Amino acid sequence: MNGNNILGIIFANIHDEKVRELTETRTMASVPFGGRYRLIDFTLSNMVNSGINKVGVITKSNYQSLMDHLGSGKAWDLSRKRDGLFILPPFSSGPVAYNSRIESLSSIMRFLNHSSEEFVILSDSDFVCNLDLKDVLDSHIKSEADVTVLYRYGRIPEKYGEPMSFDVDPDGMVRDALVSPHIEGACNYSIPVILLRRELLITMISDCVSRNLYDFTRDFIQRNIGQYRFHGYEFTGYIHSICSMNDYFEANMELMDPKVRAELFNSARPIYTKVRDDMPARYGLGSEISNSLVADGCVIEGTVENCVLFRGVHIGKGAHVRNCVIMQDTQIGENCKLDYVIMDKDVTIKDERSLMGFQSYPVFISKASVV
Amino acid sequence: MLPKQEVIAMILAGGQGSRLGVLTRTNAKPAVPYGGKYRIIDFPLSNCANSGIETVGVLTQYQPLELNEYIGTGQPWDLDSMNAGVRVLPPYQRSSGSDWYKGTANAIYQNIPYIERYDPEYVVILSGDHIYKMDYSKMVAYHKEHNAACTIAVLDVPLAEASRFGILNTKPDGTVYEFDEKPAHPKSTLASMGIYVFTWKKLRKFLELDEADPNSSNDFGKNVLPAMLNAGEHLVAYPFEGYWKDVGTIDSLWESNMDLLNPNVPLDLSDESWKIYSRNPAMPPHYVSRDAKVQNSLIAEGTNVYGTIDFAVLFAGVYIAPGAVVRDSIIMPGARVEEGAVVQYAIVAENAVIGKDAVVGQRPEDMEKKDEWGVAVVGPNCVIEPGTVVAPKAMVAAQTKPAEEAAK
Repeated sequence: MNGNNILGIIFANIHDEKVRELTETRTMASVPFGGRYRLIDFTLSNMVNSGINKVGVITKSNYQSLMDHLGSGKAWDLSRKRDGLFILPPFSSGPVAYNSRIESLSSIMRFLNHSSEEFVILSDSDFVCNLDLKDVLDSHIKSEADVTVLYRYGRIPEKYGEPMSFDVDPDGMVRDALVSPHIEGACNYSIPVILLRRELLITMISDCVSRNLYDFTRDFIQRNIGQYRFHGYEFTGYIHSICSMNDYFEANMELMDPKVRAELFNSARPIYTKVRDDMPARYGLGSEISNSLVADGCVIEGTVENCVLFRGVHIGKGAHVRNCVIMQDTQIGENCKLDYVIMDKDVTIKDERSLMGFQSYPVFISKASVV
Repeated sequence: MLPKQEVIAMILAGGQGSRLGVLTRTNAKPAVPYGGKYRIIDFPLSNCANSGIETVGVLTQYQPLELNEYIGTGQPWDLDSMNAGVRVLPPYQRSSGSDWYKGTANAIYQNIPYIERYDPEYVVILSGDHIYKMDYSKMVAYHKEHNAACTIAVLDVPLAEASRFGILNTKPDGTVYEFDEKPAHPKSTLASMGIYVFTWKKLRKFLELDEADPNSSNDFGKNVLPAMLNAGEHLVAYPFEGYWKDVGTIDSLWESNMDLLNPNVPLDLSDESWKIYSRNPAMPPHYVSRDAKVQNSLIAEGTNVYGTIDFAVLFAGVYIAPGAVVRDSIIMPGARVEEGAVVQYAIVAENAVIGKDAVVGQRPEDMEKKDEWGVAVVGPNCVIEPGTVVAPKAMVAAQTKPAEEAAK
């Protein structure tokens, strides 16, 4: 039976500045990933696979591509009569659009008040993982906590957005939280997913607003740890946060690992995305390919090694493409040589061109460029 | 009352397709997988959607479960609009005179009430077992222009092959004056493609006459069209150019899949203006490993290739193990080819497993007796034990469980 009484809220414009190149014309949530996905597909599918029927997506700017991707929500089964997908663009009586999570949540107070779900899950959209939120809810209820925060044990990834570390007692209750701590070595660092009662969220947000406190980590979480019972849920599976262009590149490349694919694309909890109805990928005479991920609609006539090819990419004859992430409908001409290049959508690389980046600094070619 | 639809389409999808053997044992022919991610019925359904025909009836009878489930609400083909859309039409029981669909014409006859609800001017009759891209709106325009009672799409076939088809003999203006069913000495090379546009009022009249004739086999080609011709109705041939293939046999199904790998065959499924829609599985892009060798192939999403493939069509969720070799073959959704296995000139159906070092099919040039060669077929869910040899032209079905045997 579906429907588990949780309302999902996704922040679409989160840490956009971390991957400036990719978010120039789009939100973090709509950054293309893994050959056929956008980052939001992971969070959205996790919610839907856990039985969530109502999801609000909070947007701030540049959300045209996101709206185009989400459409009516049909691809995630969120085009429904009862509940479904709600895109929540900025709404403000004042002149400024909101900057923080607290401001944006206070601007959707009506939406929160009019929802009937008992719980709310708040999630960022700048990471890929396959997360069973039913399990998070079960452990939340069992712990009799007011708020459940997710964490992972390990070193805080470099350039991690708004990192927190949690001091968790043996019963799983959070005793203390540090914001942007200087910790060498492993700690319980925060994953940006929070579960709590809807009524409590409304109370906590109103309280922050009435005190003019707008910092989500300090004012919403850290300040309230003594006042409410915070429970920590440790996530031990695969997760990759996109904190920089290098992270973006690495996360794509990690998909070549069968273990990562098996976990991320677990067939019991599939990751859904917008359908494009391309034909299967076609390999021509003399094509050579190794260790690559290739989506539908690609035509490969050259040599491809360690690459992620999105839908509709064309690799010309004699081209040699290594260590590249090539987004939708990009055309690579004949006899091109490319190494460590990230190409955005609709790029054209003309015949005989060479582009070389390095592992620690992949070259980025922006959307619809012609080289 | 529903809004009037000028044109509606009816797809004949009830035949058993017995020539496809194990592939259609528990599945209707139109639901047989094709081309890496499609099923045969995607072609007429997508053609309808792309031609602007929004009302489509699919006549089912044989093993309809998978086909019904696949068509669903018709959403993948945009055939789920408010007052139109796709409907699956099985035979049904009525207060008197209930029957299975006795023939293609009878299937339409039994659904006259469905058609009448839309009060159409024209009805397009299609088959659920052909691979082609066609703009039916042009054919309807041709039908109107010629003021015909029936327009029959025809393909110009080589003279040598004409005796395998139903041939239409026409006057220079395209008017049909004679039908020749599989003629020994064909007078023309215009073969009927089994695609008809009828003026509904005329068709209705002839369906009723046909039903009243106890000697009729209730078939369009054998009974209804000749009856219309004899009654002096205006029948015209509509010349079609492009790729068209009846995939009713193992050989033609195999060939038609292989045609997708041939750049000289005019069947482009990547055409943005005429997409072939299908139900897409939620799977990641396919992965090709470091040691894999891939050439001249079509690979769908969710597949993992570790072995060697050449001239292969791999559907979604297929696994080709390291050291396995697949050549000139079709591997349908979810099938596995284990280490060291060699699959050549074969069709491996859904969820079948080819065990380690098993050998399925053979290249014709390696055969001593050439006439014994043919495409080998491994049926759905069939497990080929390690080391087993499946001969060319053989057809292997999944082991039926003892309980099922006892029940028979």
